[in-house]
Amino acid sequence: MDILKLTALELGKKIKDKEISVREAAEAAIERAKAAEPELNSFVTLDEEGALAQAEEMQRKIDQGEAAGPLAGVPAAIKDNMCIRGQLTTCSSKILSNFRPTFTAEAVENLQRAGAVILGKTNMDEFAMGSTTETSWYGPTRNPHNTAHVPGGSSGGSCAAVAAEESFYALGSDTGGSIRQPSSFCGVVGMKPTYGTVSRYGLIAYGSSLDQIGPITKDVSDCAAVLEAIASHDAKDSTSIAREDYRFTDALVNDVQGLRIGIPRDYLGDGLDGEVQAAVTEAAKVLEKCGAKVEMFDLGLVKYAIPAYYTIAAAEASSNLERFDGVKYGYRTPDYEGLHDMYKRTRSEGFGPEVKRRIMLGSFVLSSGYYDAYYLKALRVKALIKQAFDRAFEKYDVILGPAAPTTAPELGKSLSDPIKMYLGDIYTISVNLAGLPGISIPVGRDGKGLPVGMQLIGNVFQEKTLFRAAYTYECATEKQYEGPAEFGREFGKEARQ
Amino acid sequence: MADMANKISDETIEYVGILAKLELSEEEKEAAKADMEKMLDYIDTLNELDTAGVEPMSHVFPVSNVFREDVVTNGDNREETLANAPLRKEDSFEVPRTIG
Amino acid sequence: MAKQYETVIGLEVHIELATKTKIFCGCSTEFGGAPNSHTCPVCTGMPGSLPVLNKQVVEYAMAIGLATNCKITQVCKFDRKNYFYPDNPQNYQISQLYLPIARDGYVEIETGNGKKKVRIHEMHMEEDAGKLIHDEWDDTSLVDYNRSGVPLVEIVSEPDMRTADEVIAYLEKLRMIVQYLGASDCKLQEGSMRADVNLSVREVGSETFGTRTEMKNLNSFKAIAHAIEGERQRQIELLEEGKEVIQETRRWDDNKEHSYAMRSKEDAQDYRYFPEPDLVPIVISDEWIARVKAAQPELRSEKLERYKKEFDIPEYDAEIITESKKTADLFEAAAAACGKPKKVANWIMVEVFRLMKETGTEPEDLTFSPENLAKLIDLVDAGTINGTVAKKVFEKIFTDNVDPEKYVEEQGLKTVSDEGALKEVVEQVIAANPKAVEDYKGGKEKALGALMGQTMRAMKGKADPGVVNQMLRDMLK
Repeated sequence: MDILKLTALELGKKIKDKEISVREAAEAAIERAKAAEPELNSFVTLDEEGALAQAEEMQRKIDQGEAAGPLAGVPAAIKDNMCIRGQLTTCSSKILSNFRPTFTAEAVENLQRAGAVILGKTNMDEFAMGSTTETSWYGPTRNPHNTAHVPGGSSGGSCAAVAAEESFYALGSDTGGSIRQPSSFCGVVGMKPTYGTVSRYGLIAYGSSLDQIGPITKDVSDCAAVLEAIASHDAKDSTSIAREDYRFTDALVNDVQGLRIGIPRDYLGDGLDGEVQAAVTEAAKVLEKCGAKVEMFDLGLVKYAIPAYYTIAAAEASSNLERFDGVKYGYRTPDYEGLHDMYKRTRSEGFGPEVKRRIMLGSFVLSSGYYDAYYLKALRVKALIKQAFDRAFEKYDVILGPAAPTTAPELGKSLSDPIKMYLGDIYTISVNLAGLPGISIPVGRDGKGLPVGMQLIGNVFQEKTLFRAAYTYECATEKQYEGPAEFGREFGKEARQ
Repeated sequence: MADMANKISDETIEYVGILAKLELSEEEKEAAKADMEKMLDYIDTLNELDTAGVEPMSHVFPVSNVFREDVVTNGDNREETLANAPLRKEDSFEVPRTIG
Repeated sequence: MAKQYETVIGLEVHIELATKTKIFCGCSTEFGGAPNSHTCPVCTGMPGSLPVLNKQVVEYAMAIGLATNCKITQVCKFDRKNYFYPDNPQNYQISQLYLPIARDGYVEIETGNGKKKVRIHEMHMEEDAGKLIHDEWDDTSLVDYNRSGVPLVEIVSEPDMRTADEVIAYLEKLRMIVQYLGASDCKLQEGSMRADVNLSVREVGSETFGTRTEMKNLNSFKAIAHAIEGERQRQIELLEEGKEVIQETRRWDDNKEHSYAMRSKEDAQDYRYFPEPDLVPIVISDEWIARVKAAQPELRSEKLERYKKEFDIPEYDAEIITESKKTADLFEAAAAACGKPKKVANWIMVEVFRLMKETGTEPEDLTFSPENLAKLIDLVDAGTINGTVAKKVFEKIFTDNVDPEKYVEEQGLKTVSDEGALKEVVEQVIAANPKAVEDYKGGKEKALGALMGQTMRAMKGKADPGVVNQMLRDMLK
């Protein structure tokens, strides 16, 4: 039996049934990660010793009946912007390259309570600013399906780790598509829940009003199970919401009879890759065959989501990242004359170009004389975008479209033209502005063998509707999780030729 | 407005650098100017939308009144607070002198 | 002819609220403690930490707003004020700009020309900064975040004041209101009440305001009065020389009695306020306002009314005693303990205020317990000690809060009224003063006073004067 091929829930069951020990599972993942890391660079920190110690402890708890959940003993990876007490937490930035938090993020604690064995911290775009995981101070992560390509971002390390079977599942964070887009590029399932569903306590903020933590998994069942484990009402996060129903796995039902699905015409326009469009349209037909009512409609305002988003996200980021100043934690420049010089050098040396770009933009749009014209304008457009979704959800239960306009681009092709890169977020970004849940599931591959993801968007608090639709699609296509084609001992070699 | 290309002056880049506490090299400054001009032109497309009478939306959900009770829950945490200090002197963070 | 100038003053008053915990975390607000011993991830700006608002802060702020005749903003929000400084751990301060909790109020002050209203523009909630200690020798500063996150309200007045006296009257009035509410102890020395002074001058009769400056670091009424006078002179001199006043922030140096511009090219005063995304709006219902009103402690005017009804003390005394909640509380507690309000009032009016004046003690800093004052009054009434001794004992109560019963016992201060014990002394005095004895016997009543004095001195003041008087008369018959 190949342990690595198992989904998280399958592994959890076998651990519970004593077919596999927690240590065996952890060792299998670590061995795979050690083999793959030189090529992939999914992890900033792979914590072999810690993971094995957790495995021992978790086995004991399972044996004594203290941990009985479906994910107990299953190894997981955490994006490196979530704090874990005592463990290096860098946001893939030089400025936090020596930072060890004194507390653990609520979502991670919830996961630990559910019995997770944490393998380590995954690579990401610096401070989650990017769509390719190329802005990491620790170097780029590569796409396991073709290492000449990026895994997407900013949760590229988490998605690549799951796709490459280095971890059975992972947590990511999504501010403008940072879970859904790399999930699409890596052929895994990723969900951004409704804003407020998963506590942000311990998530190092990028855009506070947009950030959400979510699961990255091999299939839809795992996705629902992991969300069930991490979602909670947290008194430490004022924007956390007490949900009436956290039983997301109850929605794993193979039935979309009568489900109303709308496809925004605006999502199929300019810039959408033909192969992506074909794969997503095909997937929509599958759901239609299963009994869903699928039609096209005009969502509206789609092209305004990106400028509104970048204004709001950059403004919040410019403020959120002020705390990195060399005083309390993190990197401090070795040479300085006086306070302001220390600030400037520390920050200029500690942050990479994309982070500085967004801090500069954010500081500008909030500065005296521009606040109304830029920031308030963007908040007004955000209100209009929310209204457009409200109208759409009067008619539809689910909005269906691509997760990204293309499959994963090649390394080194994206960062030179920021606006073009930002356009890649066009289908995911408005979901964050409106606080909605969205899921990306793999629906095929392009001619180069790179995965294509379909995005399903639900109304607020309607994750279960999304899980039902996604699960039905999986059942209809008899989709089993499949690892990267060329995954093996000669890992990535073929792809690079 | 949308067709008005934004011009960012050297002074503006300098000023924003002071606000953001970033020191850019000459090269970086030129790049930042070009980037910001492009981004602002792009953001200016928002002016195509009539938002008169639309309330700016900072929070998506109408959640309000999230409070904690006035009860002390934390003890002496100074070791943890100072654990990551780049420069520490006894129980304080040490920084370059702030006033002359 | 010399021009006449008028000073125009507005105040920004910061008051630390008397909550047990900080505004956004469960750390203690207790004063003192080792540096950084009252801190946590939230109040030190650790990555990933998030603020949660202390409800009591909102209630205190509402109470102060209502007591200063403000309108409560029923949907209010927090904003971030962005500026880099090491005492500000996030490099933004969570404050309120766009929708502050209270607006459009006023307080009434007494001036030389009668009553005057000072209008309040707005009042908002915010977090305090940490403390910086400057090392003389090292060229470094040390940062302590114990005060970081302590809740403040900032009360911004309109530019309605014209003299330092009006400013002091306004501050004293605010302090009294806030202390009565129990919302803060308002100690200027410890910084729990701080005032920034916005000041401009203009020619008398002018309709427009001059350019104003803002002065910070004023931590006593004296410093405020000096700073106002100094800044007024500075601005007038500039204008007289044909120069312009520059709008700027100035720091008052109380030792040098001089203010300095705080300008630096690194401090662009552009705070980039925007709504705090980590906190949700506060929605204040009419019911909540009513609840806060109902829960309000007795204010001074109500207290005065009650004193008139309850206690038989002069109205003047009642007014003086209630000027500070601390003295009013002392009065009520001592009166309750001994049941003699009139005597308690008398002690406070005479001895307490005398010693406060002599030692420069503010009412907030009084440390003696009302029970000890009550016991002292009982001791006098029981004849255990006489009035002269009582004053001496009270000085010890005032400084060291001694228990008067024990103290009198230990120091042997009890009045001696036993004739047996006094007889020897009285006989000696009579023997040693034949002249006075003769005068008395010759009808000079005054001579008895001299003999009394001699006896009391010999007894070190502890004799019962009535008993001594009677003994002398008897023995000289």
